[in-house]
Amino acid sequence: MAIILKRKPLNLLEKLYLPQIVAGLSTTLKHMVAPKETMEYPEERPPIPKGYRGVPTLVKDPEGREKCVSCQLCEFVCPPKAIRIIPGEIQDEEHANVEKAPKEFDIDMLRCIYCGMCEEVCPEEAIWLQNQYSMSGYSREEMVNNKEKLYELGGTLPDQHFKWKKKKEAEAAGNAH
Amino acid sequence: MNELLLKITFALIVVVVLMTLCAYSVLAERKVSSWIQGRVGPNRTTLPLIGSLPVIGPMLTRLGIFQPAADGLKFLFKEDVIPGHVNKFYYVLAPIISLIPALTTVTVVPFGHFIYEETGRTIPLVLADIDVGILFLFAVGSLGVYSIVLAGWAANSKYPFLGGIRASAQMISYELAMGLSVLPVFMWVNKPGMEGTLSLYDVVVAQEGLWFAMWMPVSALIFLVSIFAETNRLPFDMAEAETELVGGFHTEYSSFKFGLFFVGEYAHMVVGGAVMTLLFLGGWHPLPFLPWELTGIMGAVVSVLTFLGKSLFFMFLFIWVRWTLPRFRYDQVMRLGWQIMLPLSIANLIAYAIIIYFLDT
Amino acid sequence: MTDFFFYLFSTIALASAAAVVLSRNTVNAAMFLIVCFLSMASLFVLLEAYFLAVIQVLVYAGAVVVLFLFIIMLLDVREDAKRKLSPFTAGAGLVGFAILVMGIIAVVSSDSIKATSEVLPEPSGASLKAFGNELFTTYLLPMQVTGFLLLVAMIGVIVLSKKLQEPEEQS
Repeated sequence: MAIILKRKPLNLLEKLYLPQIVAGLSTTLKHMVAPKETMEYPEERPPIPKGYRGVPTLVKDPEGREKCVSCQLCEFVCPPKAIRIIPGEIQDEEHANVEKAPKEFDIDMLRCIYCGMCEEVCPEEAIWLQNQYSMSGYSREEMVNNKEKLYELGGTLPDQHFKWKKKKEAEAAGNAH
Repeated sequence: MNELLLKITFALIVVVVLMTLCAYSVLAERKVSSWIQGRVGPNRTTLPLIGSLPVIGPMLTRLGIFQPAADGLKFLFKEDVIPGHVNKFYYVLAPIISLIPALTTVTVVPFGHFIYEETGRTIPLVLADIDVGILFLFAVGSLGVYSIVLAGWAANSKYPFLGGIRASAQMISYELAMGLSVLPVFMWVNKPGMEGTLSLYDVVVAQEGLWFAMWMPVSALIFLVSIFAETNRLPFDMAEAETELVGGFHTEYSSFKFGLFFVGEYAHMVVGGAVMTLLFLGGWHPLPFLPWELTGIMGAVVSVLTFLGKSLFFMFLFIWVRWTLPRFRYDQVMRLGWQIMLPLSIANLIAYAIIIYFLDT
Repeated sequence: MTDFFFYLFSTIALASAAAVVLSRNTVNAAMFLIVCFLSMASLFVLLEAYFLAVIQVLVYAGAVVVLFLFIIMLLDVREDAKRKLSPFTAGAGLVGFAILVMGIIAVVSSDSIKATSEVLPEPSGASLKAFGNELFTTYLLPMQVTGFLLLVAMIGVIVLSKKLQEPEEQS
């Protein structure tokens, strides 16, 4: 059933309208001296919440090795096909733990939808969506992050697993499995 | 010749001050609106030399002091579009008409007085102390409506046209109430035994004791509301009504012509606030019942500063009200004008006629 | 100097008055009317009748012509380039013009103008108080009659506009 709400008739003061105006003016005056809400962007940055999905980056392990083994899972899973990997062999065999590393690794930021599937699928924890949220450039080419750029953005992941290093050491010690 | 030169210098100073005030009221409008809405307003524009002074530079930049210069330059250098469908003559004429009355009315606005130390002779600081000051002001001010009407008509497009029509009806409606509301003031100034005058300077002289706003509050209120309506400020901004009419009468204008409209509107506001100060708030008297003792340059400076301060308060009030109240509907504006303000001002006039009669006898 | 201004403003007033009648575009006509009123106000200033000058601008240029423009715009009057004059209108116009010319001749040729200008010591329009006194004592009757005329006109308009509405209500 519909409920009809009777609007209260205005009393004289309300009809005069002037007290209402004064009340409004005092409200706005209060807001005028109140602290401001504006965040002055380039100087002030918003706090980034945990688990934020920013620009995808590649990371290195604490010993400076590339974590990516160019398995191309991320390239496969990427919904907008923003990732392109050309696998290659690691040249520096002395320090290498594995055989493969990406020769080229491009992420087209004009395609990336920041879904985070690459990060989720990566078996090596090599690709991370980090805190950077503003990408800009003057040309399409500039908006494609190549390998150097990705590592520069990514930095080092301070984890201490050293999965492949331990495996290599174990292999060297003769108990591979 | 010397006299003429002095007058010209004086006039130039007045115009420069008025234009500066207009420019900075635009800034004030932006700043106050941002503060009221919890923002900070324009705070980036800076000048190369002054802006890089150690402490003052950043402070001025944050206050947006250099913003009007940037705004003005923008108005000057933007492309001046004259749409193909307009009536060119009136289209160009309208912005000019908008500024001329606003600048002309300033000539009769006194903004201080100068008292000779030796003789005690007082001269008003005004461009033209004419006998019919307030009427001149109303007459020239009422010509300002043509800019809006012509702009609306010449633009030959729906929304400006509606804005022009609304403005013409509104301004005529509120002019009546405005004219009637100041009559009690002049009835008191011209009480029997006084030399007949409609000069604004004499009004201020008559307010050495009690200010008119104190014992004629209804007059002051009606005048204030009418000023809002006459300057097309927000509760009455029927002529532009952005949400209804795109931009109102200046929709088709761009660049410097739009700038002229803008400056004209603010000049009207400055003059309106100044007249309100003169008529009802004691002009350059800092406090009621305070006898004026300062003479010479010092006295002149104090009087001008007091007057400017009061006028600027009204500028602030204009802005403050704009960012507080919603716009009236058009029929509400008309109802308020004809059914409330006009009868009220007539009743007010009659009441004060009786009061002044008894005060005199 | 005063003579020069007198001729200047008289010429402007006459020319713009002619333009009001002759221009096809109604908005142009209204604008010429304003120019005419303003130049007439200037003539009043030359006569030191400042009050009249200001009232002329305030009432006629500031309010009446705005209303004209308002109506013109509201009705959206087209430029009727080729409207035929009815013989009745033409005849009435001619008769009116003849009466006007005769009136002007009668006023100019009589001695009363010169006589009054010598009688009056100074123009009473210059001093507001004198002007008000004259208006409300000597010329009280003409003023009241004029006011009454306006009242009649207003009532007439109200009656006319009311009558238009009645058939709509009945149907």
